[in-house]
Amino acid sequence: MKILVACGSGLGSSFMMEMNVVKVLKELGVENFEVDHCDLSSAATIKADIYIGTRDIASNLTSLGDTISLNSMIDLNELREKLEGMLKQKGLL
Amino acid sequence: MLKLILDILSVPAILVGLIALLGLVMQKKSTSDILKGTIKTILGFLVLGGGAGIAVGALENFGLMFQQAFNVQGVVPHNEAVVALALETYGTTTAYIMAFGMLANILIAKFTRLKYIFLTGHHTLYMACLIAVILMVSGLEGFVLILIGALVLGLTMAFFPAIAQPTMRRITGTDDVAFGHFGTAGYVLSAWVGKLVGKGSRSTEEMNFPKGLGFLRDSTVAVAIVMGIFYIIVAVGSGAAFVSDLSGGQNHIIFAIIQAITFAGGVYVILQGVRLILAEIVPAFKGISERLVPDAKPALDCPVVFPYAPNAVLIGFLSSFVAGIVGMFILISLDATVILPGVVPHFFCGATAGVFGNATGGRRGAVIGAFAQGLLITFLPVLLMPVLGDLGFANTTFSDADFGIVGILLGNLAKLFMN
Repeated sequence: MKILVACGSGLGSSFMMEMNVVKVLKELGVENFEVDHCDLSSAATIKADIYIGTRDIASNLTSLGDTISLNSMIDLNELREKLEGMLKQKGLL
Repeated sequence: MLKLILDILSVPAILVGLIALLGLVMQKKSTSDILKGTIKTILGFLVLGGGAGIAVGALENFGLMFQQAFNVQGVVPHNEAVVALALETYGTTTAYIMAFGMLANILIAKFTRLKYIFLTGHHTLYMACLIAVILMVSGLEGFVLILIGALVLGLTMAFFPAIAQPTMRRITGTDDVAFGHFGTAGYVLSAWVGKLVGKGSRSTEEMNFPKGLGFLRDSTVAVAIVMGIFYIIVAVGSGAAFVSDLSGGQNHIIFAIIQAITFAGGVYVILQGVRLILAEIVPAFKGISERLVPDAKPALDCPVVFPYAPNAVLIGFLSSFVAGIVGMFILISLDATVILPGVVPHFFCGATAGVFGNATGGRRGAVIGAFAQGLLITFLPVLLMPVLGDLGFANTTFSDADFGIVGILLGNLAKLFMN
């Protein structure tokens, strides 16, 4: 399973969210995952099972595949809830 | 043997690789992860150099056309481009200052009341580079240079988040997260202006804003478009015959468009390099600081505040950019070095200034605060360039406010002490 986190320039925020995603996946006991982060331009060229972005950029990701839109990039509870929901929906959890 | 060690420690790519190696070992990663991370970090540094070549080639053409068209020197402030250029000469010193500066940040957070850990790794790298350039230009060297550089870097990493925190509390409604981006002087200015002018102004978030401007979030596209407009203006201004000499006969408009997109491409490659370098170093820094200073607040990049006020983001960008254009005409009339509005700094810094201004002064605060910020980042680079030595003659310079402030202060202090 591959998760891609995107932000405007693909440097700071998406990287922070990537580290949070890894943390949450470990808490959920998910194995065999790959998480990466990038800017919006590159996101379109990278195949992933789940795309993640904050709500202000998530609309640019939905055409690529299943997208999680976050209201807050620092809220671990929101991320956990939405990621868990998405994984269950895809039958991965 | 000594020569070999010196060779290893003076090649920036290898030095940064070693820092990543140390971080990965300290995190007790597997051998394969350590090997992978170290190689990717070294690769990142080399990729960065390649991107610099692309961006600088396009900028040189821009400079030539601008000079021909307006008979003045035009500079596009762009962190990525100037840093990539500077690292060719100041890479080793930058790597040392960055590594020890991060350590200094952790120590300052541990032992003082400035409990902020600055996690915006690319800005740490850029600030380390600026400090390295200025201290070396002013004649410092060796151990003293690294020590002073690291202390200054560590201080900036704790100080700027501290002055942003009062407004951050208003924006996010909590005290858990701090703001880490070296444009902070501009955002604090915007919040202050917002407080002055914003009495009774409603929040930017109580209005509808066109969604059509959303593509500006994609910074590569935005850079290409705005630079394209600038390139076309200077290409027309300098005349088809002049451009034809530069382009080897290609149509001047086509040449302008291709050069603009080439510049955006160069920046894109540089960012890929920066991303590769940081991927291994930042988690190590975060891991170490979480263990050593558990009560510290993480200071995060600009977009951390964007979701709190998406309208203020676009208003701030537009307002800051307009200020950049106004400032450019003021500089032309003063016969000073002309700073062209760079789209990346005006987007990220302007947007953030918009959010800060909105937090203290609603719509009026967002517009006027971001405008003030836009003027600040137009005039600071003019004052910064003289302390950058040879780098001041390149067609690009550091953009965001704090680089200007730290650079001007440090450059003049160093001059004072060295003479």
